[in-house]
Amino acid sequence: MEENIISVRNLVRKFGSFTANDNLSFDVRKGEIFGFLGANGAGKTTAVRILCGLSKPTSGEVKIAGFDIYRETEKIKRNIGYMSQRFSLYEDLTVAENIQLYGGIYGLPNRLIREKQAELLNRLGMTDVRNKLIAGLPLGWKQKLAFSVAILHDPKIVFLDEPTGGVDPIARRQFWEMIYETASGGTTIFVTTHYMDEAEYCDRISIMSEGKIVALDTPAALKRIYQAPSVEEVFVKIARPSKSLL
Amino acid sequence: MKRFIGFVKKEFLHIFRDYLTMIILFGIPAVLVLLFGFVISTELKDARVAFLDLSNDGTTHRISEKICSSGFFKRGASLDSFDDIESALRSGKARAVVVFGNDFERNLIREGRATLSVITDGSEPNVATQTTTFISAIVAGFNADLAGSDSPGTLLVQPEVRMFYNPLMKSQFMFVPGLITMIMIMICALMTSITLTREKEFGTMEALLASPLKPVQIILGKVVPYFFLSLIDAILILLLSWWVFGLTVKGSLILLLAEVMLYILMSLSLGILISSKAKNMQQAIFGTLVGGMLPTVLLSGFIVPIDSMPEIYQWISAVLPPRYFVVILKNIMIKGTGFLFIWKETLILLLFTTGFIALSLRSFKTRLQ
Repeated sequence: MEENIISVRNLVRKFGSFTANDNLSFDVRKGEIFGFLGANGAGKTTAVRILCGLSKPTSGEVKIAGFDIYRETEKIKRNIGYMSQRFSLYEDLTVAENIQLYGGIYGLPNRLIREKQAELLNRLGMTDVRNKLIAGLPLGWKQKLAFSVAILHDPKIVFLDEPTGGVDPIARRQFWEMIYETASGGTTIFVTTHYMDEAEYCDRISIMSEGKIVALDTPAALKRIYQAPSVEEVFVKIARPSKSLL
Repeated sequence: MKRFIGFVKKEFLHIFRDYLTMIILFGIPAVLVLLFGFVISTELKDARVAFLDLSNDGTTHRISEKICSSGFFKRGASLDSFDDIESALRSGKARAVVVFGNDFERNLIREGRATLSVITDGSEPNVATQTTTFISAIVAGFNADLAGSDSPGTLLVQPEVRMFYNPLMKSQFMFVPGLITMIMIMICALMTSITLTREKEFGTMEALLASPLKPVQIILGKVVPYFFLSLIDAILILLLSWWVFGLTVKGSLILLLAEVMLYILMSLSLGILISSKAKNMQQAIFGTLVGGMLPTVLLSGFIVPIDSMPEIYQWISAVLPPRYFVVILKNIMIKGTGFLFIWKETLILLLFTTGFIALSLRSFKTRLQ
């Protein structure tokens, strides 16, 4: 469990004179659910995009699953899954076609895709709608399907960028059950979220403010340190925007 | 490679599933060809004919009456002098002018022959030819009547085609090259820029970029289907023009298809460039219409000949790739010339293509960093 699957040292990302990520350093252990919290504009998305190889840091050292972010992006991309808040499913394709598409993009053999598709549809209870277009599915179903598709190729890490936006509490609960199940299989979960109750489900959380990581620990430890009853209180205490704005 | 094929397959699914795309791809080109074709080669009916009658005698009246009651022509203005002919044709008030010279009847009786002129507008070659033929036929009928009468004589028709707007006799199929040029840039540039920005807008582009697919593969995968569909479209237009209007390509078909492919590549890279700059689909559509469609229609020499444009438009036209493709097509299809006559235009298209690709690669890279 102590093996670090993500290791970030002095990560800096600048856009012109604006510093979106200011000297970030943290590790994520194999198999843990790591919550990445921060107010809007704190620099979360920038950091996640860098970790996924979607953009390059200005300076600093980043290793994902043992691969270097500058030289081995190909290998990194093969070993990670990514699900954005917009689910990345094609609305005009059917459930089965979406599964086959992503299976194909990640280079899975056809036979394996078929097996995984059958198993996945069965598990989600979506076998009957496999030939329906995504556009006609309820949001909660799309979300579960998007997550299942993101881990179709058995990645070592899966990045979830605000995955529960816009779905109802029951669907969110079910979604977190899926996350737990996946994490118990050894997959590392890196999740950004706005919902503080979700942060409580994480093994460890980091809180970003103005481009810096201002706290990083287990939810229980943070609550103890900041003497707050919930992660939400912790968040309000430390992650509020600069005082000049208040 | 297998990843890539799966990705291309998905793009075809997008296209075939969206009936709007299918209409743009295959419906519009077919309709445009038929529309342009039929508008241009429409049958002559009730075309207005003006008369310049310098004799104003019984015979000229009978002839003009016969022409106007034929069902093909309607009586237009009566002109007073030769100076009025041009303005009558230019203004469109008359499709043709029939001129009877002085002493028409007297010449017919004394010398047994008289000549009438038919002046037509060469900027509408089809109408011009048909008008002349029909009037000649009507006059031939009149000749037959004369032969049976007590004052036999022969009327001669002297057709005269005046070229307005169009000093070089245009072929009636001039619209086909222009149409191919317009449709290709519409499909290639518009559709690729839309399909690429759509991925951006729906957030699926991020998922693709986070996957092991290389950016180049993503762009190629999105573009390859349109390459083939556009090629099919070009062939469809050529076949339609052949079946319906009897247009045959005078030059080499292989050379023609090769040039079409080059032009498709050029349009695709323009579409990629536009999508790499555009933030959303509206911008992409607007960019393609303003940057591709409008200049093609207005300035490529498709509707207005480049020589008769104001000089500033001629300069603008010089930096528009479609203009060169129209030249290439006209050369191959209508004049039947070979590669030697169009290598310059081909080279220019090639330069545009590489330029567009280089620019979009650069903007793609800066966006990733």
